[in-house]
Amino acid sequence: MTADVEDPNRRDILVVAASAFSAVGAASLIWPFVHQMNPDAGAQALASAEFDLAPVQEGQAITVMWRGKPVFIRHRTAEEIETAKKVALDELPDPVSRNENQPGTPATDENRTIAGHEKWLVMVGICTHLGCIPKGQTLADAKGDYGGWFCPCHGSHYDTSGRIRKGPAPRNLDVPPYTFLSDTKIRIG
Amino acid sequence: MSNHASTYEPKSATAKWWDERLPVPRMMHDQFVDFPTPRNLNYLWTFGGILTFCLVAQLVTGIVLAMHYQPSDAEAFNSLDRIRRDVNYGWLIQAMHATGSSMFFLAVYIHIFRGLYYGSYRAPREILWILGVFILLAMMATAFLGYSLPWGQMSFWAVTVITNLFSSLDAVIPGLGTAIVQWLWGGYAVSGTTLNRFFSLHYLLPFVIFGLVILHIWALHVAGQNNPTGLNIKSKSDSVPMYPYAVAKDAFALFAFVILFAWFVLFLPDYLGHADNFIEANPLVTPPHIVPEWYFLPFYAILRAIPDKLGGVIAMFASIAILAFIPWLDRSPVRSAKYRPVYKWFFWLFVIACLALGYLGSKPAEGIYVFWARIFTAYYFAHFLIVMPIVGAMETPSRMPGSITEAVLGKSSKKSTSADAH
Repeated sequence: MTADVEDPNRRDILVVAASAFSAVGAASLIWPFVHQMNPDAGAQALASAEFDLAPVQEGQAITVMWRGKPVFIRHRTAEEIETAKKVALDELPDPVSRNENQPGTPATDENRTIAGHEKWLVMVGICTHLGCIPKGQTLADAKGDYGGWFCPCHGSHYDTSGRIRKGPAPRNLDVPPYTFLSDTKIRIG
Repeated sequence: MSNHASTYEPKSATAKWWDERLPVPRMMHDQFVDFPTPRNLNYLWTFGGILTFCLVAQLVTGIVLAMHYQPSDAEAFNSLDRIRRDVNYGWLIQAMHATGSSMFFLAVYIHIFRGLYYGSYRAPREILWILGVFILLAMMATAFLGYSLPWGQMSFWAVTVITNLFSSLDAVIPGLGTAIVQWLWGGYAVSGTTLNRFFSLHYLLPFVIFGLVILHIWALHVAGQNNPTGLNIKSKSDSVPMYPYAVAKDAFALFAFVILFAWFVLFLPDYLGHADNFIEANPLVTPPHIVPEWYFLPFYAILRAIPDKLGGVIAMFASIAILAFIPWLDRSPVRSAKYRPVYKWFFWLFVIACLALGYLGSKPAEGIYVFWARIFTAYYFAHFLIVMPIVGAMETPSRMPGSITEAVLGKSSKKSTSADAH
């Protein structure tokens, strides 16, 4: 039987092409169903926010909202800055600055702030372990063993530069992109 | 399904008509009426039926709650209040659903420890056991998603902490973990968007559990039930028909269980919850001490015992995944720990380790609590990876009865029992 047909498989291409076409089509439909869960353009819009820091006295801190996250802004005392500067890099569990304004730099106190505005420490107030909000923003809060912040969920201690010193958190607190519009006006994002 | 011949006889013309087209009555008769059940089952074997009840109760109360609940960040917390105060009998149905999850886990843990003690995971029940592990995982996911819905402080921060577990993958491929977490959240933080999708998935997963349970029961009816001796059914006198014997016993145990259930629902509806969950979710304030529901505490203790973020997450997931491998880790020649004089002690040590981890999970992660959490976490894994293979291979089992009948009636009376077989 097969002998009388010139090329018995010549129509296989139709089956292969049709199957491949359907498979690719079906597979490409997966992406819309995955991507629908990602942050949409509205959520992505950076919506940079401006804040007035004039009322924040030395030693005080405020928490502002940016992108749905709390941002800690601390007006540090000279003593706090001095302590943070004295820490040697090899004492830090995370030696990277985690500063979006200067990515990849070492985690010195200088690299965690903006030159000329070192007294202001600006960080996303979310523990890099599992996302709790560390304590340390109000005067009554426990500030941990290093005088900065303390996360009550799983016991991470951050220093006065927001760097992880002790506990399960893997990274220093993130510094968001920000600029100073004037001495007391800041734009985050 | 099973190796016993069908005894179903259609009694009417309609029954016969159905039997030739869709023999559901025949299957029900063969699998749940005349199914051979080991004659020596104790009350620990009633938890399968109790768990089926729990699943159905959660489905029914959950479907009702979904008629009144609003999955938005603005309304979720208030709608729960309305359910509890305004909806007719909402106070009862909401309490049944919330308490029901605890009852479900109480029953499933007893069911699992029973399987561990009597070797119910051993051949030929590996698939049955592994399906059970999947059911446990699906239950945990469902319970976690459901816990987010009241949108109180504990709901919000439990979602934050648990979804952030995936950010530990940043240590493997930078950015991967963050991408997954933002995908789960639908934003840069837990928000109403997250709540909405969690509600959808919380409604979906119980039906997945339902499907897995059908497979679980199917696998059970192919292999047949294990029993306290761990011996197979060898003769007719080893078994009794499921109805009325096992059904009556199951019903009695179910009523006892329902009394406990009702006591919690009617007298302590919020006892198993957490006071912080009566405060509406606030993304700016983390409660001073986050604890999961009691049924997650041992796993939470394991997570916190490992001083490394990714390591802790891996250990926590591994503590459940390892269950799927024990059919091959246990090297003992016998199934039931009843005849394993050495392993028996290790089994109870394992139970103590689980309870201790539960206690430690409820304590702050500092000082002596972390020390003991590490000790018991080490034993949790050592039990499966070291004790099971080594003790199993070295121990000499104690003398076993020749059959289930002999275990029940003793050797001398064996002859008389074959006469009373059904």
